[in-house]
Amino acid sequence: MNNESQNINKNTVTKPEVLHRKLNGNTEWKSYFSSLCGCSVFSVVKFKITFFILFLLISFSSFSQQQRFPKPEFETGYTQPTPTTPEPRALAWEYIDVSVLVLVMSLAAWFALKRRSRKGLLWLSVFSLVYFGFIREGCVCSIGSIQNIALTLFDPAYAISIPIILFFVMPLIFTLFFGRVFCASACPLGVIQDLVIIKPVSLPVWLRKSLGLIPYIYLGLAVLLAATGSEFIICRYDPFVGIFRMGAEFTMIILGIAFLLLGMFVARPYCRFLCPYGVLLGWMSKFSAKHLSITPAECIQCKLCENSCPFDAIDAPTETLKTDEKKLNKKRFSIFLLLIPVWIFLGGFAMSKAHSFLSKAHPDVYLAELLIQHPELKEDPDNIDIQTFLSSGKTMEHLVTEAKEIKQKYYTGSWILGSFLGLAIGILLMNQYVFRRRKDYTPNKVDCYSCGRCMDYCPVKPTPNPSREGNEPTPNPSEEGNKATPNLRQPEEGGPLQK
Amino acid sequence: MGKKQYNRREFINRSMQVTAAVAVGGLATLAITKSKAGGTVWQIDPFECTQCGRCATDCVLPVSAVKCVHAYDLCGYCDLCGGYFKPGVKDLDTGAENQLCPTAAIERRFIEEPYFEYIINKDLCIGCAKCVAGCSSFGNGSLILQIRHDLCVNCNECTIARVCPSNAIHRVPANKPYIIKGDFVADENSRWENPT
Repeated sequence: MNNESQNINKNTVTKPEVLHRKLNGNTEWKSYFSSLCGCSVFSVVKFKITFFILFLLISFSSFSQQQRFPKPEFETGYTQPTPTTPEPRALAWEYIDVSVLVLVMSLAAWFALKRRSRKGLLWLSVFSLVYFGFIREGCVCSIGSIQNIALTLFDPAYAISIPIILFFVMPLIFTLFFGRVFCASACPLGVIQDLVIIKPVSLPVWLRKSLGLIPYIYLGLAVLLAATGSEFIICRYDPFVGIFRMGAEFTMIILGIAFLLLGMFVARPYCRFLCPYGVLLGWMSKFSAKHLSITPAECIQCKLCENSCPFDAIDAPTETLKTDEKKLNKKRFSIFLLLIPVWIFLGGFAMSKAHSFLSKAHPDVYLAELLIQHPELKEDPDNIDIQTFLSSGKTMEHLVTEAKEIKQKYYTGSWILGSFLGLAIGILLMNQYVFRRRKDYTPNKVDCYSCGRCMDYCPVKPTPNPSREGNEPTPNPSEEGNKATPNLRQPEEGGPLQK
Repeated sequence: MGKKQYNRREFINRSMQVTAAVAVGGLATLAITKSKAGGTVWQIDPFECTQCGRCATDCVLPVSAVKCVHAYDLCGYCDLCGGYFKPGVKDLDTGAENQLCPTAAIERRFIEEPYFEYIINKDLCIGCAKCVAGCSSFGNGSLILQIRHDLCVNCNECTIARVCPSNAIHRVPANKPYIIKGDFVADENSRWENPT
């Protein structure tokens, strides 16, 4: 909990405690109570009257936690039972979960990079779906751990547990070494979508790039809301956790099913166009030390892999640019590079305008604004939040001061969030004019989930002898393999730009 | 030329790798310095609970993990139990029409004149807090709501903690997972402390 709520807690706690002490010191009260209950023969009517008197006596001082009736001394040898308190899941299990995660990712890296086995990755992903999804019920997951990290950095009262840190860090480290093997077969959210892909359609680049900005917004918002102690939106709007738990709010179940239905045709919609952790994994993967390769030997440019990838994550070969094009590109690139600070400022400015709206995500701000705008709601007995606030003894001024403090945090936070989004947009636009010369079909390291489908489709057999002298890669004798003759070296017409 | 370009690429790549590793490592170290080894679970502080009834409806589980727990230390073993009987009942017996609990989850047992024991049947309890409210307003407040950890899935963010109007639900250390009210005197020392 954050500072504010902690303060509130302290306030609400101390009151009964003070009363406690008062009452403890007052022996007269105690004796009165014991005489009340100690009298053994009390008719129902008398009991009711005493209750009524008692109620009148105590109603002026709203202490409800006091021992009005002392514990009786039993004569029949009655032994008092103890309340049952089943232990929570042992901490060791949390570490076992982390070990399973590491093991799954290691195996996935081995299958993707060394064994080149799509089948292995597939079965591994089924295991992850069952274990992390249905057995562990999707919580805690790496995606949600972003918020714990954000909260722990900004809230001095919150102490994170080490398994959650490991859930956050391990996939990033693995991605930095091997590419996004976590997405391939460890993340239950990714895996459940991967298994329902039936007929993926290829999306146009502009659409992919524009929708690809949503995860940045989601990440920024999630960090902002977690850091201000408002709520964990990633967990609250996780579309699949309801399916893993076999029960959730109706709307969330519908959302989950909708995502899965959409996922039959638009592969992994959550991963590509929402997942906030995917942003971080993409950064790591871009600079990963190793990454899955499509072909085990020399690429024969058969294009099979490009069709096999449901995520449009394979970059086609490019032709060399002409000199004038190169010049124009350079010029545009430098213009967009110089524009980045403008984007950052615009983003920050625009987002700071929205800080008041965003801050309503915090319950205290929401309550304060509600009470200011609709003071008549104070009379509404059905509004639990307002009634609880009114009976808590906290003053309106106190609430408003707290809300103002939180709003100030949101103001700063939304400047940062907006600047971050501006930077993301600026870099996206700038990257339009970054030209990479590619001879072969290669996986796009940022977008590739290392699912291994392309490896499965690649007709090239690994060369038994690494020395390539006179050892032309032999295509697969199967139907596609025959079509793909080894001397297809010249780029296909319009190939690179068609997609 | 080609070779040189490749080298430059590789250099940029390598330096970005190092940057990324340092960033992740730094974030992890920062987090670890603030971490608690034991882990946390969610629990209701009965001293802050206002018995609004949201625990019964807002938990992600089909039947809430919040159940009524009887802190026997605090119980007065009253005949007219404010947690068991509806207000203004005629007969103090176990008739269904007299019971406050909507699921008849409280068992009333005679011990000796004039004391009765009340036991919560946790399989029937739905955590609606009606008995808790009754006991708190007319009795000692020995009936309290607690999150039962054999049922709780320990969500990353507890939904009922989010909707709790009195902010009574906190992350508590996993080795002290319950906040049961003690008896009147012992109570002061056994109060739960904020894990800061």
